[in-house]
Amino acid sequence: MIHASLTHFLVISVALFSLGIYGVITRKNAVMVLMGIELILNSANINFIAFARFGNFGLQGQIIALFIIVLAAAEAAIALAIVLNIYKNLSNINVDEIDSLRD
Amino acid sequence: MTTYDLIFYLFAVVTLLSAFFVVTNRNIVHSAFYLLFTFFGVAGIYVMLGADFVAIVQLIVYVGGILILLLFGVMLTNKITNVDIKSGTIHALPASIVLGLFAGALGAAVLNTNWKVVASPETSSSTASLGSMLINEYALIFELLGIVLLIALVGAASMARR
Repeated sequence: MIHASLTHFLVISVALFSLGIYGVITRKNAVMVLMGIELILNSANINFIAFARFGNFGLQGQIIALFIIVLAAAEAAIALAIVLNIYKNLSNINVDEIDSLRD
Repeated sequence: MTTYDLIFYLFAVVTLLSAFFVVTNRNIVHSAFYLLFTFFGVAGIYVMLGADFVAIVQLIVYVGGILILLLFGVMLTNKITNVDIKSGTIHALPASIVLGLFAGALGAAVLNTNWKVVASPETSSSTASLGSMLINEYALIFELLGIVLLIALVGAASMARR
């Protein structure tokens, strides 16, 4: 009988990471790119907490996960401010059409 | 198959299915709501790993903060009245091929590694020890993160108002 072990959690983390990168590189909308980044950060958090649980590192993994959550909140706020500014200036947030720097 | 395993697979399926819908759904608002289920599933996985405090923080910060922020971003940057809320994808086929290979390689590496698992002692709650760690060993990082968050939020607010 298979019990949920470290490998199970790591496989979930791998799948979530790949889905996040897929979202980042295929979606046009900048807000969707942000959602992909949140998925990637969540998969990293699952990794940290899984190793904290199964690796006998104490609670350091959980502390790092808390720090990552704080940084994700800061990142989302700043990225949305940037997205709003881009929308105000170019009235468009499709990442493949914002190429005015390309000349 | 114990109850633990059943609950684990339930949370895993919820997380991965909703994450899949997040990245494939064409409607951004639907994607944001699927993201809600992904965050719930990840919080459940944290609980399965014995990280109760992190799970609650995940719910409060991600569901209560970041998701609302993302929804505000969607609402403020799309013409709701003109039903222009759909978002296309680019390079979907090559991206899925490359990422399938990438996920396969990463998953094979995970599955073939002989992880040295040490069963950590079962703790009833991690909140008290996390709190004492935050104000003892990690006090400097804790304070610095507070400053970073303050500056980031003030900067974001002033940037978005301009």
